[in-house]
Amino acid sequence: MHREMEDFSWPWQYQFPPFFTIQPNSDTRKKQLEAWCALVLSYLKQKKSHSVDVTEIQNSPLFNNKEINRKLPPDGVYAVFEELQKKGHLEWKDQKTRKQCLIMWRTPEEWGKMIYDWITSKSMTNTVCTLYELSNGDDSEGQEFHGLEKWLLLRALQTLEQQGKAEIINFDGNEGVKFF
Amino acid sequence: MDRFEWSDGNTIPGESFVLKQSGVAIYDGQDKTSFENGSLILTTHKLVWKDNKDKSYVLALPLSLVVYIEEQPSGFARSAKIVVHLSPAPSNKPSGPATYSAYSYIRLSFRESGEREFHQQFTEQLHSKKWEQSIPDAGPTLGQGARHRAGIMGIERSLKQRQKDTDQNISVAFQDLSKLIDKEVGGIMTLTDVYCRVNRARGMELLSPEDLLNACEMLEYLNLPVRLRTFDSGVMVLQLKSHSEEEVIDKTMTLVEEKKSVTAEELSQIAGVSVILAKERLLLTEKVGGLCRDETVEGLRFYPNMFLNRPD
Repeated sequence: MHREMEDFSWPWQYQFPPFFTIQPNSDTRKKQLEAWCALVLSYLKQKKSHSVDVTEIQNSPLFNNKEINRKLPPDGVYAVFEELQKKGHLEWKDQKTRKQCLIMWRTPEEWGKMIYDWITSKSMTNTVCTLYELSNGDDSEGQEFHGLEKWLLLRALQTLEQQGKAEIINFDGNEGVKFF
Repeated sequence: MDRFEWSDGNTIPGESFVLKQSGVAIYDGQDKTSFENGSLILTTHKLVWKDNKDKSYVLALPLSLVVYIEEQPSGFARSAKIVVHLSPAPSNKPSGPATYSAYSYIRLSFRESGEREFHQQFTEQLHSKKWEQSIPDAGPTLGQGARHRAGIMGIERSLKQRQKDTDQNISVAFQDLSKLIDKEVGGIMTLTDVYCRVNRARGMELLSPEDLLNACEMLEYLNLPVRLRTFDSGVMVLQLKSHSEEEVIDKTMTLVEEKKSVTAEELSQIAGVSVILAKERLLLTEKVGGLCRDETVEGLRFYPNMFLNRPD
């Protein structure tokens, strides 16, 4: 379960005790939160996970460095999450209680662009394929979006729809997409 | 007594009566005068003393000559007094009861009480400075600053003559204090320390904290090389004018870099200042982005600010 984290390279801030205290100086705090956001995203990217339980992640190595005996306090974690939300990387599953969230280390727009670029490079515009084929087919093997969770794939395709580059369709009972 | 002028007691246009108190005697510094039994009148522009016996004996003192006033509370067989520190008489001053005085302060003795109220009103009039609003006539033409600076020189001179005078005034205490603060590393002292030392030097007739604060607010006005300063935390200090903030910040950053990280207690040991001042230095350096903090249950520790001062 933790094997994918074995070769994870922690940034220098992670060994720096002040990193785990939210800084009162606003310039310093800005840099600090930037570093935290980058760390959270790369951590979850390595784990290939999007679904986050706040309590669980607070106690995980991400916010809890046992080596230097420092832990980012809850209000610090929420400050980082607020930043991520502002940048469009985070969505609360439960806006009121804020215990569960989705963290998209790549935004749906970013995914959409990646998929569309790949489609274009394969000259697959004006073709139709199912969502499953797109994310799990042999063709897309090796691509970063390979294995992308369906909800996120849909979001990505929706951004392309808004740009007029795709249309989500339903054919033969399958969910699919047409690229333009 | 050489600052007083003979007067008819009339007001000029724009001047208004404020307060009258009977049973007031005037002392020339430490010495008694013949002006023992009279009424003291405060207007927006001047202080007037009228003799009870001979109504033609009227003295006036322009408020513009007043540098500073202090209270001397009553004691055993001693009435409450107001000490009025004065700048020297201008050369074109109208004639008065004396042409020379060994002192640059007078004392008003309130033998029928009323000192408190008078002091309050007097202070208010000194703040309002209504006499500055009226058209200057034959009044003194010296610049405000020059008059007040000269006033302190006058006080110093008279005090050198009266070394054993227990009635030390605040500006002298502050001269001593400048020397003390100089010795104090960093040229800075908390107001609490100042309060203790000034009162210790006085021995009797101690300053109240309020008195000290009022006096400190006069420092710039009195052109003394010491300044009152309040930190964000609320801590107040007296600081030598020459004290450089940048120097302190640089020094602090260097010290912290050497030690990798410090607490206020550790810095106070290294720099040889009190813990309170060490903390203020750390907070100041943090404020300008030189340091960042590590806050745990073990305490508050400061590190060089790697967030801002290190390439990512």
